[in-house]
Amino acid sequence: MTAPLHEPTAEAAPSAADEAAVATAGVKAVQGRSLGRIAWGRLKRDKLALTGGVVVLVLIVIALLAPVITNLVGQDPNDYHENLIDPLFGTPTGSLGGISGDHLLGVEPVNGRDIFARIVYGAQISLLVGFLSAVVAVILGTVLGILAGFFGGWVDSVISRVMDGLLAFPQLLFIIALVSVMPNSMLGLTGTGVRVFVMILVIGFFGWPYIGRVVRGQTLSLREREYVEAARSLGAGRFYILFKELLPNLVAPIIVYTTMMIPTNILTEAALSFLGVGVKPPTASWGQMLSSAIDYYDSDPMYMVVPGVAIFITVLAFNLFGDGVRDALDPKGSR
Amino acid sequence: MLAYLIRRLFAAAVMLVVIILVVFSIFFLVPKWAGVDIALSFVGKQADPAAVEGVREKLGLAEPIYSQVWEFFKGIFAGRTYSGGGDVTHCAAPCFGYSFKSEQAVWPVLTDRFPVTLGLALGAAVLWLVFGVAAGVLSALKRGSLWDRGAMVVALSGVSLPIYFTGLLASAIFVFGLKWFDGRYVPLSDSFSGWFGSMILPWVTLAFLYAAMYARITRATMMEILGEDYIRTARAKGLKEQVVIGKHAMRSTMTPILTMLGMDLGALIGGAILTETTFSLPGLGQAVLNAIKNQDLPIILGVTLITSLAVLIANLVVDVLYAVIDPRVRLA
Repeated sequence: MTAPLHEPTAEAAPSAADEAAVATAGVKAVQGRSLGRIAWGRLKRDKLALTGGVVVLVLIVIALLAPVITNLVGQDPNDYHENLIDPLFGTPTGSLGGISGDHLLGVEPVNGRDIFARIVYGAQISLLVGFLSAVVAVILGTVLGILAGFFGGWVDSVISRVMDGLLAFPQLLFIIALVSVMPNSMLGLTGTGVRVFVMILVIGFFGWPYIGRVVRGQTLSLREREYVEAARSLGAGRFYILFKELLPNLVAPIIVYTTMMIPTNILTEAALSFLGVGVKPPTASWGQMLSSAIDYYDSDPMYMVVPGVAIFITVLAFNLFGDGVRDALDPKGSR
Repeated sequence: MLAYLIRRLFAAAVMLVVIILVVFSIFFLVPKWAGVDIALSFVGKQADPAAVEGVREKLGLAEPIYSQVWEFFKGIFAGRTYSGGGDVTHCAAPCFGYSFKSEQAVWPVLTDRFPVTLGLALGAAVLWLVFGVAAGVLSALKRGSLWDRGAMVVALSGVSLPIYFTGLLASAIFVFGLKWFDGRYVPLSDSFSGWFGSMILPWVTLAFLYAAMYARITRATMMEILGEDYIRTARAKGLKEQVVIGKHAMRSTMTPILTMLGMDLGALIGGAILTETTFSLPGLGQAVLNAIKNQDLPIILGVTLITSLAVLIANLVVDVLYAVIDPRVRLA
């Protein structure tokens, strides 16, 4: 979603916003700066948001390079190191949960698996589910929201009632129920693959009304604008107006809601794995590590602290970045 | 007003029926599609075929799904009689059926566990409303100050911390480390002080999470409202700042807060699944989680009904309160 820049200015930098956002209001204003440029200019000054963005990038790299990183430190997430476990209590020998040069974040109680390697692999699950479920929600929410807002009438009534209904549902309960009854193999996927796939679908499905509402509201006001009327009077078809005239102007709110949705989804995935209906062991996931840590919160507190802090840093980074993006794209803000 | 209430109640009833249908579909159609037999999971893996058939007949699992749904609704209002395999059991209204696993009646399970969850949700809500809204208002009034930035950093951290981590951390520190609490739940009927003591940690941890959210929303809303014309008018009239903030600005700030409160409280009363799991509280959330893991449909149905009812009632109360707070809102 990186837009090339047209203006030959000294501070040439890639724009964070979609090229489409460029078309948004204010083009003619102040030296023809596009919304994308304005937003990037604001984001650049926001130190906290940039820090969040950098941490997010680092996390993505860690998740993508998980096998390389674990190879570098010479640990496999599923290797047992029972020699590092106190046979009497089942907790790691040595201080702070068995932290050492070999095991950067210590080892798990009982079987002695390397926590650093499991955290690195856990990032894969968290980010994969967080991002892809947001994608599912954004696609569903945008398409249905734009249809409801543009066509109105019974289309709007049906879609709006479904959105209201879904928002009134006890969501976590239904996500847990749906995820837990799904079969263990489908569409050629088995084991972890199927759990991840189901979580992406279910979390994404319950997330779309949030985006759908916003998109519907925006579409309702945009479709009355002069430029839409102008396009229509020039003979533009419905779908041309929908996708070429309206959608580009919806990009800013969609980006904002997507960045805010990702951390929520990461927390939901962790919650599902914590409750034992998400990713099944031995696959490493942060939520499931926390749930195993419940039994050792007194004897081996490090085991609980490490995945907890991992979730905290990830979600905080996304939240900081999301807040920054929201402020940067806010049309009410000063230019 | 009355017409509005009747229409809302009707919509709520339709919603409840839809929710029950969805739960039935999740637990009957999905396993069927996946090739799992529910009667089998009730009897156990090594049951003989005759026993499985007996269970299937007694619980009405062989009936088509629509008649099962009908029997379920009828049971709630009129009671229900199970017969099959020779013995007859009558279940008086409100009958939510019997647990597939423990064979206990579902209704007493619900009434036993409901107070635990209600106490948790209400106690935490009082805390987070007081502290969250106060922090948000102060931040908005002292925008950019040290207090504002400090409070917002804490709030942003708060919304980024899952309760199953803060809860464990709090238990490790205050139960195991400092030994201030013993970490066991004491029912309200045993002793008030015991119950209060055992709820302090869950209340504070749960409230911290929500207070962070409410502080952020309150601050944003308050700042927007302080820029409105009517606030300038109020100040120009020479009203005291306390009156401008306390009466004029607060009234509009409370509207979005109330919406959130309605939804959050409803969802929590229906089962604070994560909090109850973290602190081992014997509430509805814990019951439904175990039931989901055991595919114990009757318990799931019962808890889901109560949850949805709580969400719907909370939203209804909020909508009515809207009209009281904001005279621009008309219930029609």
